[in-house]
Amino acid sequence: MQERLKELQAEAIEKVEQASSLKELNDIRVAYLGKKGPITEVLRGMGKLSAEERPVIGAFANEVRAAISAKMEAKQAELEEAAVQAKLASETIDVTLPGRPVKLGNHHPLTKIIEEIEDLFIGMGYEVAEGPEVEQDYYNFEALNLPKGHPARDMQDSFYITEDILLRTHTSPVQARTMEKHEGKGSIKIICPGKVYRRDNDDATHSHQFMQIEGLVVGENIRMSDLKGTLEVFAKKIFGEDREIRLRPSFFPFTEPSVEMDISCKICGGHGCSVCKHTGWIEILGAGMVHPNVLEMAGYDSRVFNGFAFGMGPERIAMLKYGVDDIRHFYTNDVRFLKQFAVEE
Amino acid sequence: MLVSYKWLQDYVDLSGITAKELAEKITKSGIEVEGVEVLNEGIKGVVVGYVLEREQHPNADKLNKCLVDIGAGEPVQIICGAPNVDKGQKVAVATVGAKLPGGVKIKRAKLRGEVSNGMICSLQELGMEGKIVPKEYAEGIFVFPQDAEVGTDAIALLNRNDEILELSLTPNRADCLSMLGVAYEVAAILGREVKLPETKLEPVAEKASDYVKVVVEAPEDNPLYVAKIIKNVKIGPSPLWMQTRLMNAGIRPHNNVVDITNYILLEYGQPLHAFDYDRFGSKEILVRRAKEGEKFTTLDDVERSLTADHLVITNGTEPVALAGVMGGANSEVTSDTTTVLLEAALFNGFTVRKASKDHGLRSEASARFEKGVDPNRVRAAGDRAAYLMAKYAGGEVLTGAAEVDTLTIEPAVIPITLEKINRVLGTDLDMNQVKEIFARLQFEASVDGDTITVTAPTRRGDIKIEEDLIEEVARLYGYDNIPKTLPVGSSTPGKLTAYQKKRRVVRQYLEGAGLYQAVTYSLTSEEKAAQYALEKREAIHLAMPMSEDRSVLRLSILPQLLEVVKYNSARQNDSLAVYETGNVFLANGTDALPEEREHLAAAITGLWTNHSWQGEKKPVDFFVLKGILEGLFAKLGLTDKVEYVQAQVDGLHPGRTAEILLNSKRIGFVGQVHPSVQKDLDLKDTYVFELSLKAVLEEETDDLQYVPIPRFPSITRDIALVANKETVSDTLKEIILEAGAPLLKEANVFDLYEGDKMEEGKKSIAFSLKYADPERTLTDEEVTKVHEQVLAALKEQAGAVLRG
Ligand SMILES: [Zn+2]
Repeated sequence: MQERLKELQAEAIEKVEQASSLKELNDIRVAYLGKKGPITEVLRGMGKLSAEERPVIGAFANEVRAAISAKMEAKQAELEEAAVQAKLASETIDVTLPGRPVKLGNHHPLTKIIEEIEDLFIGMGYEVAEGPEVEQDYYNFEALNLPKGHPARDMQDSFYITEDILLRTHTSPVQARTMEKHEGKGSIKIICPGKVYRRDNDDATHSHQFMQIEGLVVGENIRMSDLKGTLEVFAKKIFGEDREIRLRPSFFPFTEPSVEMDISCKICGGHGCSVCKHTGWIEILGAGMVHPNVLEMAGYDSRVFNGFAFGMGPERIAMLKYGVDDIRHFYTNDVRFLKQFAVEE
Repeated sequence: MLVSYKWLQDYVDLSGITAKELAEKITKSGIEVEGVEVLNEGIKGVVVGYVLEREQHPNADKLNKCLVDIGAGEPVQIICGAPNVDKGQKVAVATVGAKLPGGVKIKRAKLRGEVSNGMICSLQELGMEGKIVPKEYAEGIFVFPQDAEVGTDAIALLNRNDEILELSLTPNRADCLSMLGVAYEVAAILGREVKLPETKLEPVAEKASDYVKVVVEAPEDNPLYVAKIIKNVKIGPSPLWMQTRLMNAGIRPHNNVVDITNYILLEYGQPLHAFDYDRFGSKEILVRRAKEGEKFTTLDDVERSLTADHLVITNGTEPVALAGVMGGANSEVTSDTTTVLLEAALFNGFTVRKASKDHGLRSEASARFEKGVDPNRVRAAGDRAAYLMAKYAGGEVLTGAAEVDTLTIEPAVIPITLEKINRVLGTDLDMNQVKEIFARLQFEASVDGDTITVTAPTRRGDIKIEEDLIEEVARLYGYDNIPKTLPVGSSTPGKLTAYQKKRRVVRQYLEGAGLYQAVTYSLTSEEKAAQYALEKREAIHLAMPMSEDRSVLRLSILPQLLEVVKYNSARQNDSLAVYETGNVFLANGTDALPEEREHLAAAITGLWTNHSWQGEKKPVDFFVLKGILEGLFAKLGLTDKVEYVQAQVDGLHPGRTAEILLNSKRIGFVGQVHPSVQKDLDLKDTYVFELSLKAVLEEETDDLQYVPIPRFPSITRDIALVANKETVSDTLKEIILEAGAPLLKEANVFDLYEGDKMEEGKKSIAFSLKYADPERTLTDEEVTKVHEQVLAALKEQAGAVLRG
């Protein structure tokens, strides 16, 4: 009998090993371990055995059952795992297909430049000041040391609405208004971005409407060296650490001394090319020490207070920084242009 | 100002400094040199030749066959097409192998069967602009004076072996509108001397004051008028060196007398005018304001109508010159002139500017008067011109001058302390350094302790106050040498205002929602200005627009955004979502500044989602844009303050438009562009909104306050209602929420059906109702009781019943 049970165990285990599906395995279970299975049948013949043999055979039969069951469980786990794997394999997708697009817009390049400059100066303790785009002649010109008939008014032919009201030609009136508001007391540190307007025919390098961003610092001990240091921080941050800066004396009616700042040409590395007109330098902004007349007109005592101011054009900066070749792109808003400025640098 | 490097050496020693190096130094100390032009660049092998013979080309009417001595070897045959070539002329010959501007190479050639060994050149062929070439040579070759030596370098003789510095002058540096002014500047930069030009007058006994007298009726416009007389002049060409210097400075030579006045204009910066004394018409010069409507014909043969704003020089009865701008045809120097009346005067810059502007006449003279000339140079310039007329026009200068002088010259005397200079610049200069700088500038200066007192020379009218002196010190000390520091003192952190911060939030949000930021023009056409205006106001017109399209300030942003959509659609950018923030301009009457109100507008068109390989494609619609707005108001904490009300707005779809109310006040609208407008602009369905961003951003946002998360489960009941078609969902929702309070917390539409299975005039609308109590779990019975009240209210107030 023991022999028979051994045979059955070997037979069953072999079948289990060969089983290739859970159903097959179940059939084997029923066939060998079921009530009508051969093991039960063998045990039924136990009556013929002696009382000593009976428990030995009984125990052996249980061992055989247990061995077969264990094998079956292992096989079942194996088959189940295989089934899971097969299912997952059948669910494979092409991961190179494009994802569902997330709708995203972005800043206009001029806003991008302006915010970058604003943030730089906010970090240095400046506030952002804004003012009207339609201005009084007084704030646009007179308060900035440009009395009526001043030849420098020709430098920026303007759009007048009435004799006394015009579209501002620069953001400097915001400086004049801010100083006036301070009534000659306390220091000022502002940055003024905004739209300005001049009588220019729109072409690749001119626009009747454009942006400007100006800065103003007024205090009791502001030096030209402070202006120089501030401009260097600005230039290196916006154009890169490796750029050289150069200050040249210049002229603006509202500053004295006046400065123009050049940065070394990125395209030719300073050796001269058509972009920098073969000078190796590119003009980037105008600046200077606030003219005492401007301080006095705003109510500051120019013997006690002084300050510096600087101004630049975001269009020009964007054109140089990103290589934009036509100023009109900023105002036609072709989406193929706009979407190129999505990257946060 | 065009500055000849060679000519400048008459006044300053430039040894050891090339033109390029000089340009760099000038630029760095304050006057931008825009370029350095090498006049003889690419020119080689042009010599002076002598035309020995000239005859008609045997086979060509318009060609001449010339035999030319070029100073080396045998005379050569040259075929020349110039009409003015002739035997006995000294001419510029480009010999075989010569190079001319534009890469032209001269080779031995055959022209209509005749050999040509070179080319006789016009000035244009040598690289000069037609407008500066003397009129008599403008259409042909240039002819040298007879003393030109055959075989010598023609380019050197023409002064083309020179380099021209192009100075870009700011309005304050009018002093550098003269060679002498530039010489002072260069001398200061280099620390060298200025050599003044020579004037050796040997006047004849007759007195100028016996020939003419001067009366000035308008001394404010003309504080100094000096008239000199030069008689027995012989009009002819000026010396070649003078002609070429004028041409190199961009001025066309005419004759010796006119050229001398122009030469002095360039040398001294003092405009002069030469009248023909015999054609002047009287012995009296009367300077006065013109009469209204007075007529006067200027040198350029244009009749001008004058006003009392204009100053004229008259002969007592009629104008002979528009003061400081241009002379008259009636008294101009001609080839017959024998006596010259030379005017050296000082005219008021504003008066000259007005006249030159009114008549569109910008001359070398007017430019200098406008910017200011050195009052101390007027007489010297007149004297030197008279001297040159004696020397180069054979004239005799009469003794003295007839003049009116009401001028008071008060040079600026400015004391400044060393401490102030160093304080403003952030430098550590000592008094010797400062003194040395003013010495180089040739400014008189005296030192007393810490104070240096500087007298500005009259040629530097721009030096008036301490700061002007500080700038002189800074630029000659070198901006490069000023240290770099940052402002010291109390440092407060910088920040954006709440408004500015929220504006950035709005931009970030809209871009995150898929919209690109656009920037458009504030100026538009009258027609567009008022379209889609939230508030109708009088349009604000420019006094002098450049075009109709940019003549009026906008009252709304949308018309410009629709242009952006149109522009993009026409370029296959079919799906587009853009927004803009910017000011619109609301008139406040003609004398006050307009109100500038910041608006926000957006436009979307085409597909909103397009994920085609998974079959997702959704065109834009009203609710896409409304969803964006709802998100925006949620972001700003304004959800509960905003309502949307069905409305009619010009230019928008009458059935698909809502007004946006904030605290029950209209702040904007959202809707579809009217199909007829879409058709006009060639747009597909486009949805837009525009609102007052100012109103939105100025609305206070409530402080953030945490609300406890419910601890007890809620009960949801869905209802499908049959309601009248015109009853809007908001109305039903309000009824529901009111009737269900306080247990009913939310009511959300989840289905809408308006198809033909519904009875005429009805729609099916389904709400999901959420009941809850923060303190306990609700029972079914409680909810049912409230739910019944809700259904009853719906029936009673809106005639809406449960769908059977
Ligand atoms: Zn370059």
